[in-house]
Amino acid sequence: MPDMTGLRRTLHLWFAPRRVGEEGRTPDYRFSLANERTFLAWIRTALALVGGGFAVDQFLPHLRGWVRTALAVALLAVGALASLRAVNHWVRCERAMRRGEDLPASRFPTVLALVVGLLALCMLVVVVLGRGG
Amino acid sequence: MPASAPSPHERPARRDPGLQPERTRLAWRRTTLSCTVATVLAVRQALHRGVTPVSLAAVALCALVWLAFLAVAHRRTLALDTARPDRMRERGAATAVACAVCLAALGVALLF
Repeated sequence: MPDMTGLRRTLHLWFAPRRVGEEGRTPDYRFSLANERTFLAWIRTALALVGGGFAVDQFLPHLRGWVRTALAVALLAVGALASLRAVNHWVRCERAMRRGEDLPASRFPTVLALVVGLLALCMLVVVVLGRGG
Repeated sequence: MPASAPSPHERPARRDPGLQPERTRLAWRRTTLSCTVATVLAVRQALHRGVTPVSLAAVALCALVWLAFLAVAHRRTLALDTARPDRMRERGAATAVACAVCLAALGVALLF
């Protein structure tokens, strides 16, 4: 979890993004491009989750209303969160590379994997029970 | 022409042997395709319950989101067409993220 100074620094990054390009030394362009591709991969993950949210609502019409809505909202929310985190992580990696620091460690991938696994399990149970009952 | 005699007009050693700009360009293309799929699903969702003024507004918003993403991706793709491209700008990254968040918000709004 980010402490107070970390939070303040993040907010500062958000409201004065120009300064990222001013501090430290410009890294090898290949590192920046690799960082960009990682960002894009996270955006695709986020878009896939958002698409999954739409798909749950459209392609599982036999589910009870609130179950379907809950699953769809959960997927859409996780997708929005993943995309916000993608840009935050990209900025932080870019800044760490300019300063020559270690890349930021993150527990987001683990949490996301657990949440998606849990949602998939829920969906499986709900669909199988729906077919059976 | 046979490859044995490379013409002096071709760009030789300046090109990154790891093809990083090309790979990044393809990553943008993949992401554009993902955005297209998500947008199509959003449009389908909007028209789910028939054509109403609200659903048409939602479709218009989807089109706007898709065009915004397309513009960002296109500009970045052009910028990547050099041997040593500059880094991505914050505004482009923020726009791409805003597109995903807009689609998610629209999805939640359309559910209720």
